[in-house]
Parts: sequence; C-alpha cells; structure tokens
Amino acid sequence: MSIQSMTLREWLLSETPTSRRQARLAAYYKGWLTLRANHMAMAGLAIIVLLVGVAIFAPLLAPHDPYYQDLGNRLQPLGTEGHILGTDSLGRDILSRLIWGARITLYIVALVAMIAPIVGLLVGTVSGYAGGWVDIVLMRVTDIFLAFPRLVLALAFVAALGAGIENAVLAISLTAWPPYARLARAETLTIRSSDFISAIRLQGAGPLLIITKHIWPLCISSLIVRVTLDMAGIILAAAGLGFLGLGAQPPSPEWGAMISEGRRFILDYWWVATMPGLAIFAVSLAFNLLGDGLRDVLDPKDSSS
Amino acid sequence: MAFYSNVPKRQPWLPLPPWARSMGITLLSVSITMLGLLFVTFLIGRVMPIDPVLAVVGERASEEQYNAVYQELGLDRSLIVQFFYYVGDVLQGDFGKSLLTARPVSQDIARVFPATFELATIGIIFGCVLGIPLGVIAAVRRGSWVDQIARVVALVGYSMPIFWLGLMGLLLFYGMLGWVGGPGRQGIFYEDMIPSVTGMILVDSIIAGDWGAFWDAFSHIVLPASILGYYSLAYISRMTRSFMLEQLSAEYITTARVKGMSEWAVVMHHAFKNIRVQLITVIALSYANLLEGSVLTEIIFSWPGIGNYITTALLSADMNAVLGGTVVVGLVFIVLNVFSDLLYKVFDPRSK
Amino acid sequence: MNAFTRLISSAALGLAMGVTALPALSATPDNMLVIANRIDDITTLDPAQSFEFAGADVIRNIYGKLVNFDPSNLEAGYQPDLAESWTVSEDGKTITFTMREGVKFHSGNPVRAEDAAFSLRRVVKLNKTPAFILTQFGFTPENVDDVITVDGNTLSITTDKRYATSFVLNCLTATLGAIVDEKLVMEHEKDGDMGNEWLMTNSAGSGPYTLSSWKPKESVTLTANPDYYDGAPAMQRVIVRHVQESATQRLMLERGDVDVARDLTPADVDGLDGVEGVGVQREMRGRLMYVSFNQKHPELSKPQVRQALKYLIDYDGMENSFLKNWYVKHQNFLPKTYLGAVDENPFSLNLEKAKELLAEAGVPEGMELTVGVREAQERLEIAQSLQNTFAQAGIKLNLEVGTGKQILGKYRARELDIYLGAWGPDYPDPQTNAGTFAYNPDNSDEANATGLLAWRNAWDTGGLTTEVEAAVVEGDTEKRAEMYHQIQAQFRETSPFAIMFQLVEQAGISENVEGLNLGGAITAAAYWDVTK
Repeated sequence: MSIQSMTLREWLLSETPTSRRQARLAAYYKGWLTLRANHMAMAGLAIIVLLVGVAIFAPLLAPHDPYYQDLGNRLQPLGTEGHILGTDSLGRDILSRLIWGARITLYIVALVAMIAPIVGLLVGTVSGYAGGWVDIVLMRVTDIFLAFPRLVLALAFVAALGAGIENAVLAISLTAWPPYARLARAETLTIRSSDFISAIRLQGAGPLLIITKHIWPLCISSLIVRVTLDMAGIILAAAGLGFLGLGAQPPSPEWGAMISEGRRFILDYWWVATMPGLAIFAVSLAFNLLGDGLRDVLDPKDSSS
Repeated sequence: MAFYSNVPKRQPWLPLPPWARSMGITLLSVSITMLGLLFVTFLIGRVMPIDPVLAVVGERASEEQYNAVYQELGLDRSLIVQFFYYVGDVLQGDFGKSLLTARPVSQDIARVFPATFELATIGIIFGCVLGIPLGVIAAVRRGSWVDQIARVVALVGYSMPIFWLGLMGLLLFYGMLGWVGGPGRQGIFYEDMIPSVTGMILVDSIIAGDWGAFWDAFSHIVLPASILGYYSLAYISRMTRSFMLEQLSAEYITTARVKGMSEWAVVMHHAFKNIRVQLITVIALSYANLLEGSVLTEIIFSWPGIGNYITTALLSADMNAVLGGTVVVGLVFIVLNVFSDLLYKVFDPRSK
Repeated sequence: MNAFTRLISSAALGLAMGVTALPALSATPDNMLVIANRIDDITTLDPAQSFEFAGADVIRNIYGKLVNFDPSNLEAGYQPDLAESWTVSEDGKTITFTMREGVKFHSGNPVRAEDAAFSLRRVVKLNKTPAFILTQFGFTPENVDDVITVDGNTLSITTDKRYATSFVLNCLTATLGAIVDEKLVMEHEKDGDMGNEWLMTNSAGSGPYTLSSWKPKESVTLTANPDYYDGAPAMQRVIVRHVQESATQRLMLERGDVDVARDLTPADVDGLDGVEGVGVQREMRGRLMYVSFNQKHPELSKPQVRQALKYLIDYDGMENSFLKNWYVKHQNFLPKTYLGAVDENPFSLNLEKAKELLAEAGVPEGMELTVGVREAQERLEIAQSLQNTFAQAGIKLNLEVGTGKQILGKYRARELDIYLGAWGPDYPDPQTNAGTFAYNPDNSDEANATGLLAWRNAWDTGGLTTEVEAAVVEGDTEKRAEMYHQIQAQFRETSPFAIMFQLVEQAGISENVEGLNLGGAITAAAYWDVTK
C-alpha cells in the first residue's frame, strides 16, 4: 500500500510510522481520539470554542452598545423586549455586556496562560537541571511566593501598580507560577537522570540545548494539563479581584466587575449578578472539563483513568 | 543520577547525627524563607502608592499633623534601617501596633486567627469526610454514575464564584429557612458571654460548659464552613480518585484479587493504605489554603478572620498588620509543608 | 416577594421535606438594641482623635459634653449638658460655663470644671487631626492653659477674636467636645501621651453608656450607665455589629437578628417594603457628594469650562434612578438644615448650553480628563454617568479608581484633574464647610494647606476668602445667614466645585424600636432615648 492510497486516518493510525513527523502526529491524533470519546471534555471544548467565537464576533453578535446607558430603563427583568437578559443598574444591556466581556475573559485567560507556566517552566527546569546553589536559591524564592497568602500577594501587587486589567493579569500570574516551577523541577529531575539525556550529553550537547530541546518538550504536556485545570481558578481569581474593585475598571464589562456591581441588588434583581456569575461558572466548568479530559490523554501518570 | 555518582561524597562539616542535621537544614531553610517573606512583604508595603500616614490622620489633617505622624511611624528613616528595626522587633516577639485597630498586632492576630482556624478546621473536616469516600467510590466504580456525579460535584465546586454561592446560601438557609445562624460568629445573645480562652468559640463554649452557646456558634459556622469545605471537597475527591486509580491498576492489587481477597479488603487494606501519605499532602495543602483565610467568604459572612484582616490592612497601608498577618499565615503554610514532608519520609517506603 | 425568591423558596420547600414548620423568627431581647452597620472606619475611640462616622456614633453615647443636642429635638440647637448655663463677656470673647452639680463619671469620680478644662486643653495639646476645630479660635498648646481656665465650678474659654457665640458653642458639640475623666485618663498616661493610647480602646466618660468592648471590624458593645444624670437608658445593652454587605444586613433585619440596618442600598430599602414588622427611617444627613476641577489644569481653569461641566451632569437622572431616596439634589456647599443654607439648584443636564460654553472657551475637541474615584459602588456609578454625559459633549473622561487613601493622597497632592468625592461637615456651623470650600488664604504650592478643599483644587476663591472671614465673626444671626447666601450665590457661578447631592440616610428599622435618632445633618446617632 503506498502512502498516497492511505486515508489520512489510516496514515495517522499506522502501526509503523515511517517518519518522526508521522509518529508525532499519530500520537496527537490518538490523543484526540481518546479525548473525543470523553463527552464531558468535548462539552467543555465546545463551550470554549463558543467563547472564542463570541469574543471574535462580539461586534456582530451584541444587540446593543455595551456602554450605552439609559437611566430610565434600568434593572429590567429577564425577557424584556430588546433586552433578553435584562438591563443593569445604569440601564445597559446585560447580554451585550456579557458578549463583550467574553473578550476580556479570553484576554485574561490567554495572558495568564502565557506568563505563569512559562515563568514556572524556566525557573523549574533551570533549578532542576543546574542543581546546587542555583536550585537552592530558586526553590527558596519559589517557597517564599508559595508561602504568601495568594490573594494578598495579588492585592498588594495590584495596589502597588494601580487597578486595571493588565495589572490584575500580572498579579495573578505572579501568584500562579510557583506550582508550575515545582512541577517542572520535579519533571526535570526525573528526566535529567534518564539514560537518553546522558547519551545526548555525551554527544556534547550543552545545557541550554538540552533544556530547550529535550527537557521542555517533555514537561509541556503535564504543564498543559495543569494550566487547563488552573484556568478556572484564574478566571475566578480575576473575578475576585474585580469583585474587590481591583480588576477591570468601569465601565469595562468584565464579568467579575459585573457581579460586583450587581451584588447590591442580589436579593431583588438577582439576574444582574447571576448572569455574569453563570457565564463565569460555564467557562470555568468548561476549562475544568477539558482539563480533566486532557489529563486522561496527556498525563502519563494518570493515563489509566 | 548516573552522571553525578562519581562525585565523591563530601564529609559533613558538622559532626552531627543525621537526624539533627536534617532538622537543622529544615530549620535553616524555614528561617530563610521567612526572612525572604518578610522582606518581600516589606518591600511591597513601601512601594505601594498608599499613604500609611493618611490612614492614621484622615482626610482633614494639616501638614504639620501629617509630618508629626510621618516621623512617629519612622518613615523618615531609610528603607534598610526600617527593615532592620522591624526584624529586630519581630525577633523579640513585637509586631508593632496596628494603625487601624489601635492595638498591638499580636493581640489582633490572637483574635482573628482563631476565627479563621476554627472555620478552616471545620471546613477541612467537611471536605475530608465527604471528599475521600467520594473519591474512593468514584475510583472503584470508575465510569459508573457515582463516578460521574463525583466528577460533576467536584468540577462545579471548582467553578463556582464563591461570593455568589455564599450570598445565595445565606439567602436560602438563613434568610428563608432559618436553619443556620446569620453572619458573624455568634448570636447577639451570647456576645461577650463566653470567656475567651482559646479564641475559638466552639472550644471556649465547651470549656465554659455552655451548650447553648456551643450550638449557637455551631449554627453560625456551619454554612461558611461548608461553603469553604466544598472547595476542598472538590480538590480532595479528585485527587483521591486519581491516587486510587493508580493503585488499583498496580500489579499487587491484581495479585491480591487473584488470591481471592474480597473487593472491600483489596480496596481498604491495600490500595487505600498506600495512598494515605499522598492524601495527607493533599489535605495539608488545602488546609493551608483555607488557613490563609478566604477574604470573600469572610466579607460575606462578616467573619472576623485573618484574610479579611490582612486585606483591609493592606488597602489602608497598615503595614505592621500586613506584615504580622503575612508572617503568621506564611509560618502556618511552611509548618504544614514541613509536617507533610516529614510524614512522607516516615511513611513512604520509596523515600527511604 | 418576586419571582426569584418564590422560586428559591419553593426549591427550599422541596429540600425541607419532612420539616413541618419553619422555625419562628428570632427576635432580639427587649432590653437590647442591635444595630448592623459598617464600623470598619473606627480606628480610635479617643474623642480628641476620632474623626470618622462610626466612631462619632459611639463617642456621642459614652461621653457628656458642655453643650449637646437633644436627640428628640435637634431643631432646638445646642442645649445645656454638663454645663448647666453659660454667660458671654461684653467683648464677646469669653464664655463662662457653670458646671452641672452632682454628675459622676462612670468611674465614680465627680465631673468637675477641671475635667472639662483638661479635656479641651488635651485636644489642643495632643493636636490630632480634629484639633483645628478648637485651634481655629486661636488656641495653641502654649497659650491653652491661659485661655481655658477654671474658677471653682466654672470654666472660661477666651477666644482670640469675637466670634458668633453660636459658632463657638456649635464647635463644642463636635466629637472632640467630649468631657473625659481626668483622674482616670491620667492614671493611664504613657510617655506624656495624656492617656491617648489607653483611651483609643477604652472609655472614661459620664454619658448614658459605657464601652464594654470594641472589637475592630467586628462589633462595639455598650452597656447602660444606671447612674446617668438624665435617667438610665431603657436599652441595657447596645451592640453595633459590623456587617459589610447591604444584602446581608437586610437578611439579618428581616430575620429579626438585628433591630436596625444602617447601610442598605436603595434596592434593599425598596425590598423591605411589605416586610412585616420592619419599617424605614429616613434622615437628612450632612454629607455632600461633589466633583471638583483642578485649577492647575489649563482648560479646567477657564471659567466657562467650569460652568460647562456643571451643565454636563445628569443630576435628575441619577437622583431618580440609582440614587433614589438616597441622595437628593443639592448644589450648595451648606447642607440643608444649616444656618444660611439655600435651596437654589440652577444646574441641570443641558448639552446645548455646555457645548456653547465649551466652544466659547475654545476647548479642543476630544479633550481627555481623568477623574479620581474611591472604590465604592455608588461613586463608581456616578462616575460612569459623568463619563456618559461628558462624552456627549466630546470630553473623554477616564476613571482612576483606587482605595480611599490612594485617591485621597493624590487629591491632597493636587495631582488629579477631577475628583469625585464626599464631604461631611465637622460641626454644625456654616463655617465648617465655608471654611474649606470657599476659603484659601494662600494658594501657593508651598502653603501645603492640604486640609482645605479650595487649596486642593488650586482655587484662589476669587475673593470669597475674605467674605468667609467676615461671616464667621458676624454676631447677628440673620445678617450672618444673609452673608452665607451671597457667598454661595457667587460660589455656584465661579467655583470649580459641582456640588451634586446631599445624603439621606435610610435605615431599615424594626417597628417596635422607637426613639432612635441618627443625628440628622448636625450630629451623630443617639441610643439613650430608644425604647422597645
């Protein structure tokens, strides 16, 4: 059978990969198949895809301007004509604000997901690979940040730099990286002592090359799992900062800030706080479901589950 | 460690027995971490654009009054000098005075920490009592409806904004049903009635032999503790399941099954026994998180705990209070970590 | 009950299967008053130092003063309290008080003229933030022993100039006028602090209540003084509990766990409508909400721009929506019920006029300004409303949100373009606000008069400073009131302050509670007339 006559699927599932690329793609594809069989993970993925779609097409989807105020038309209930999810305290359309808020949520999630694991990966692999004093110093620093009450550290940081979404992201990243560093260090220690690294080292590869080319790729999968599972925590932390007034600034339709604004009416106009609450809940849940599924696929330790 | 094995082992520079050495190293690393923690907190406090003097004198103060307090707080000295003075005081057990409560920080912490401790302890008990069995059953009956429910319960717990859950819980269980006591640690009837011995009202009321006060305090703590506990339940049950699955697929379990041991005995005597150590680490970690104090829960339930204390202090630049609170929380965290590490070493056959 | 609460309760009923009856509402004991209130602003209970709302409430109930307000009749003005009577010297500079006989402090010590003199001198000597209320009469730590003197049962106060007697006496009704127990306080003196450290957390008064405990951010407990000279109060204990959230306060009130809830949002006040056994008590307070424009800003310092911005505020829209029944429109710096207060509110949202004025001033299109706002929901909403209306005239308004201390620090350093904030009077005399909004003798940066609002906005007051100085020494009350009318008329037209609203406190209150007074616009809450 020539390669041309194989379907893509057959090529990917081939027992005898002919190239390294094929082997790698095959591994991804098998992972995808496993993941696809996990309905809950797929549901999570669907919600996230939906979120991305909503964020991209926000200008088209939102029925109103998210900032347009109408004080004469405030706190309208669910199902009001023109305002399916009602209006908030300043008469702004809640649905439109939720839709535009999806962009902010994605922005937070993406930024934190870029910063924290990468910092953690750097610190962890360097620490684990170098050992000795470097390890001791870096791990002490990690411990210091771990021992800090997390919200306090984030609060202090935001208070120092000023409230705002970028600073909130930085603050959350600052509190989020130590566990990744620990994780990466542990993985590095295992990998470092493995035979194949010794072999590469004997071939004359320098530490930089070994770390970037050989250790990082191996750490990535467990980091991805961890990041996805942490994502919900990040969204909630951002919402918590918003709730305390230190996250996104008004009139920005950030979901946490929306809850905070709406919590004053929670007993009588429950939807004002509940709608963004549900949005946060749905997205957090989605990331958790996906992370759970990804763990089954990627994390070798739990591959049995 | 193949590569490093040819490095000759150095002689220890202190002729001490190994246990003393390891203890010494632990102590040393703990104190370095603490010092670092102090320094970072201190720096944060100084770079913050919040003015501690304003926290003392308020909006109306004249420049002269402002300057008087500025000097009184020692802010005219250089940063390093301030830091050394502070560390010196802390080593003598003096955390300084809080600007906001007009009393020594140590006295404040003695008041707020037991409140958090009580809440976190009940919370973690709740999380363990429900979370561990849920995790075990989910692992044993993998893929069954129990597993699915456990998964949903856990993931929902991870995903819910806590302040929303807290407010709704209050509305339902307190406002409408009246099953639990309202916000605060006790009903007004018992306010100031129980002599404070430990600062934990549940314990103090038992010491005083006042069961009415005990049930009152219990009815106030049960809701915030369950809400906090729900979060640790989610974490604990997921981790238990994961650990159990690992064990259940191990060879010795198969052997035990083949030998004809009952399923119950296999699960409890072999698998569960082996995950105890890992589980303790997980529990210690979530306990430490609870002990940091959940600011949001504390605000909603008017719970005078340490999370709330540090946060308010921070936002008013009450740095003595922030530093004191952070040190205590950091210490608790580190102690719990060291403790779980120790347990690991004692119980885990592999690390020997 | 709305749809959601019905939904929840039916869900709850489902949950409650098997529970036949819901537990009866709890109630507070008959001789106890329980109040839910945000009291995290209390940082000290020393009357010479305390300067926050919740602290003033506590101190008013613990300490007697020379002259005081009767909670059942605030309109009557100051009345004799620990001073039975007083006379004014012919030159109008010396007031001599005769002390009430037979009154005792909680400690059992008699209340003497010496105690009164000690208390007032102590304020001046400690020189804490509120001390200016006394030092404005020319008292200094050096001369205070000579100008506040005791002769037997009388106490004399001599001011540096002739002031309206009502002005001096009104100042003595402020929190710092509390008379403390000299013997007890000095027993606790430490390093010459005149007992300041001890008094921050303890009490040494002669008032209707004694302080049992103050747990910061948790509660204040007061116990009745059975020997109070005007009769022991009916409520044996008063507990003020710190409850942060309005929704929580409302739930506690509805459940009967508190008698009074003092920080309800308008939505929660509306929600109390129709709840059995609970009512709403409304009192006009003295606090004003305003925005001010920094005169260091080249555009904002143009008179037309200042006026234009005053026409770009949707006063009515806000008052009738999210501020409903909570803040009422008020565009003058003297709060309603004050001597000299006026009701003229000429400004309303007027886009045409604002644009006209801006064009006249030659303001560039798309001007950007930054407003500093404290992190508090109603202020954020006002700020967003401003943002909305300013935008309609082509001005982009950015919000800078921070904690109170953060924003205040910048405001005091004259660094903000625009400040949105609140101001509460310090004592019930027009001078309290005139002396800060319209008084600024030295507008230079070096003057550092950070206590004056006019200075903070770099406004030289356009001549109002001298008029304020003249009004404060005017002895004739009617004439004095007329002077304030004129100052305010000019202030409205020229000042960089857009005063917007005056606070109405809406407390949810259990219907069996009677006689509670929150202090109106002039003083703090009083618990001793409360009955159940």
